[in-house]
Amino acid sequence: MNLRRDVFQAIADPTRRAILLLVASQSMTAGAIAANFDTARPTVSKHLQILTECELLKQEQTGREVYYQLNATKMKEVADFIEPFRAMWEDRFNKLETIMKNYKK
Amino acid sequence: MEKKTKINAEDGRQELTITRDFDLPVELLFRAYAEAEIVEQWMGTKVLKLESKKHGSYQFVTTDPKGNQYGFNGAIHEYIPNQKITRTFEMEGTSYGVQLEFYEFERITDDTSKLKMHVVYDSVMHRDQILQLPFAQGINMAHNRIQDIVNKLK
Repeated sequence: MNLRRDVFQAIADPTRRAILLLVASQSMTAGAIAANFDTARPTVSKHLQILTECELLKQEQTGREVYYQLNATKMKEVADFIEPFRAMWEDRFNKLETIMKNYKK
Repeated sequence: MEKKTKINAEDGRQELTITRDFDLPVELLFRAYAEAEIVEQWMGTKVLKLESKKHGSYQFVTTDPKGNQYGFNGAIHEYIPNQKITRTFEMEGTSYGVQLEFYEFERITDDTSKLKMHVVYDSVMHRDQILQLPFAQGINMAHNRIQDIVNKLK
C-alpha cells in the first residue's frame, strides 16, 4: 500500500501533474521539460526523480540523451484508484433504488 | 453502461462530493434515509437507533461474514424532509475521525430525483485513507480468494 500512497502524493502536486501532461504527448529530455517551467532546473529534476521513482515516468536512453516518457500502465492504475470507492456507492445506490421502487406501488 | 454515481475528489482537499440521479420521486429517495427499516435493507446494517429530526442521533452496527462487528454513529444537525439532512458520521474504533455530511435531495421530475452528498473530513490524509478503503479491501478479498484456492490444492 505504501507505493500506491506515494503515487497518490506524487500526482497531488500541480507541477508534477503539469509534467505528466507535457510528456503525455511525446517523450522529452529533462532540459526540454524544464524549459516549460519558470521554476529552477534542480526543482524540476527533483519532480522528475519523484515521478520516476513511483514509476509514473520511464527513462529511455537515446544516444547521450535521457528521454522521459509516460508509463501508461501506471497512469491507468492511478485513474482507477477511485473506482472501487465509486463502485461501492454505485452498488449501494442501485440497491436503494430497487428497494424503493417496491414502496412506489 | 453509463456511470450513474459520480465522485468528485480533488487532490489535496479534505472533502469530496458524490452525486447520483435516481428513478424515484424525491419523497421516496428521502424515505430511504429517514426510516430505520429501509436503511437496514439497502445499507446492509442493523439500525440500533435512528431519530430522524434536528438534534436527533443514530447508531448502526454491521456484522461481516466472519462475525466481526463494526459500529457507526452520528448526530443530526439539520433535517428538512425531502430537501436536506446535515449530520456527522463516525466509524467507531477507527482513527478516521468524525466526518461532516451534507445531503441535498432534489426533485428533477415527478418520478426522478437527485442526491448530492458533500462530505468533509478532518484532514486530507483521512479523506485519502477512506477513499482507499474499498481498494484495500478489494486487495484483501482477492488475496483471500487466492489463499482459498491454494488451500484446496494442498
